[in-house]
Amino acid sequence: MVTTPLLPSDYLDLVSPLRAGADLRGRIEAVHPETGDAATLVIRPGRGWRGHAAGQYVRIGVDVDGRRLWRSYSLTSPPHRRDGRITITVKAIPGGKVSNHLVRRAKPGTLVQLDQATGDFVLPQTKPAKVLYLTAGSGITPVMSMLRDIALDDVVMIHCAPQPQDVIFRKELHGLVADGRLRLTEVHTDADGRLDLARLDELVPDWAERETWACGPAGLLDAAEELWSAHGVRERLHTERFRPGTVVAGDGGDGGGGGEVTFSTTGKTVDADGATPLLDVGEEAGVLMPSGCRMGICFGCVTPLREGAVRDLRTGEITEAAPGVLIQTCVSAAAGPCDIER
Amino acid sequence: MTAIDPTAHLTAEQIEELGRELDAIRDEVIAARGEEDAAYIRKVISAQRKLELVSRGVLLFSFFPPAWLIGTAGLSVAKIMDNMEIGHNILHGQWDWMRDPKIHSTTWEWDHVSPSDQWKHSHNELHHTYTNVIGKDNDLGYGIMRVDEDQRWHPFHLGQPLWNFINACFFEYGIAAYDLELGKNLSKRRRRDPEFRARAKAVGRKIRKQVLKDYVIHPLLSGPSFLTTLAATFTANLVRNIWTHSVIMCGHFPEGVQVFERRSIKGETRGQWYLRQMMGSANISGSRAMHFMTGNLSHQIEHHLFPDLPSNRYAEVAVKVRALFEKYELEYVTGPLPKQVFSAWSKVFRLSLPNRKPRANTPDGERELVAA
Repeated sequence: MVTTPLLPSDYLDLVSPLRAGADLRGRIEAVHPETGDAATLVIRPGRGWRGHAAGQYVRIGVDVDGRRLWRSYSLTSPPHRRDGRITITVKAIPGGKVSNHLVRRAKPGTLVQLDQATGDFVLPQTKPAKVLYLTAGSGITPVMSMLRDIALDDVVMIHCAPQPQDVIFRKELHGLVADGRLRLTEVHTDADGRLDLARLDELVPDWAERETWACGPAGLLDAAEELWSAHGVRERLHTERFRPGTVVAGDGGDGGGGGEVTFSTTGKTVDADGATPLLDVGEEAGVLMPSGCRMGICFGCVTPLREGAVRDLRTGEITEAAPGVLIQTCVSAAAGPCDIER
Repeated sequence: MTAIDPTAHLTAEQIEELGRELDAIRDEVIAARGEEDAAYIRKVISAQRKLELVSRGVLLFSFFPPAWLIGTAGLSVAKIMDNMEIGHNILHGQWDWMRDPKIHSTTWEWDHVSPSDQWKHSHNELHHTYTNVIGKDNDLGYGIMRVDEDQRWHPFHLGQPLWNFINACFFEYGIAAYDLELGKNLSKRRRRDPEFRARAKAVGRKIRKQVLKDYVIHPLLSGPSFLTTLAATFTANLVRNIWTHSVIMCGHFPEGVQVFERRSIKGETRGQWYLRQMMGSANISGSRAMHFMTGNLSHQIEHHLFPDLPSNRYAEVAVKVRALFEKYELEYVTGPLPKQVFSAWSKVFRLSLPNRKPRANTPDGERELVAA
């Protein structure tokens, strides 16, 4: 009543944005370059931060050119760092708005929005006896948190990167090797070509006995899932996918041509093609869309579909409107005219 | 209003060309929106909140006259900032592109007795779409005044200088009543309409909260300064109301601004819509501080052409828009605040009396925009 129509928190945010009870935020305290196109951000999370398990990721909302964009990044710090800070390590993707901003332009002192850590790409309660980490590119990031967390007895890692200087955390990894805590195989794809999993028998003869965590591009993970399934040890393979497969406009056949999308709460109507996620369509039209990981995993963007049908951009699956039907707007595109409750 | 259509010299092609040129100005700004703009609105919001906090703090000691003066002045400015540069513009969706849920047209609530969503409907939708169309745009006189020779005179209008003055003093309540379409909805049948009742209830809730805050809680918090704080918040609201009313009057009421017949907007093209906004609005000239305190509504013409462009961009847009006015030989109505306020008020007085030659029944084709 004292501050209506604002809330007392609107005023408190001016002086103490990281206090307990505030929306969860973090302050970037340092940016350390890792490779030519990757950097680690040290973030002091707000008091509401509940911690994370090694291997989990966090959604982070960053203002790029004045516009808030949300992305998910694996946490690279071990849980319970003594100074309470967390780190993410970001690799700049060509054309990536957020990743390039964080790697090249982010400045200490900047506030970012945070969600609690999430994800089930984590080590089990009981330490596995033998572990294999199979990673490529920035797929190393969730694994790094695990390596920094607890020392396991028998750990093998295969990591792929174009060239030696592209290997993120290379120095630290070699330090672990020197200490005898890790056996590491680096695959330099510029020279050696892509990792052929047929070589796995030669690189890690006992791979099928190992509890395996794999993270990298979809191609590698697809091949791994196939191989582990073929050997009947699929349950030993844990994978983390960063991005849904790229979508080609106009594919999908039935009803893939898009249509007129109505955002009924705000009364906006726009044309959408069959390849653009409804999240992007709404945001372009100025509708405040809830969003999350933008890759179909966090369900932070689910919104009721009132009418019409949408197509899942990953699977091509069509979802039709019915009471209670929620869709993930970040991986759904219009499959004909539809009405989104936003 | 002039009997001669000031746009008669333009061909249909020219009007469409004008529309394209305006679109280009808009696209340019949208492409350039970025970090600095976001930083601007954040800074303004933060400054407003700090000013309000400090002013209310000072008012705790308002029994001491200098404290009363400083606190009241500060609170008046804070309330003006909240309503004008911040509230009005955020509610227009000018800052939606930032995707910050805290600075978004769907979540913002302002220090005003009219709830945001109701105001957005009557203002953004009705007024900005049907700008200056008699019978469609209720902002023309807010339903209580006659502001054009073509509107039929009624003895009720004799009192309109007085209504206008009262409206100015209690402007936020006037707006709330206006957003509720109170005049129309108070008939017995309409009063019972559940939708109207829900909206009226929402206004009631908002009024209760606002009144409680300004006239009960803050005075009580001031203890021995109860009465002086009460007087201070009342004064601040009064200052804010009169100020916003004056600014708003300057937007569409000064001499030289055109009004339009209902028929003239049938089948209106984009170019014609733009032209109507250009001819139906008027600016206020002045310093940067002046533009800021009007919420950049001193750039009313630019605001009406591009209601959703960030307000901090109107000044640069105005240069280009004004050049187009010159190119197409149109009158850019502008002037300093006192002159525009005087012009608007003299119209209110003049039209409180019947005009000698009612033009309501004469053919109005010559004044119409070229309808396709």
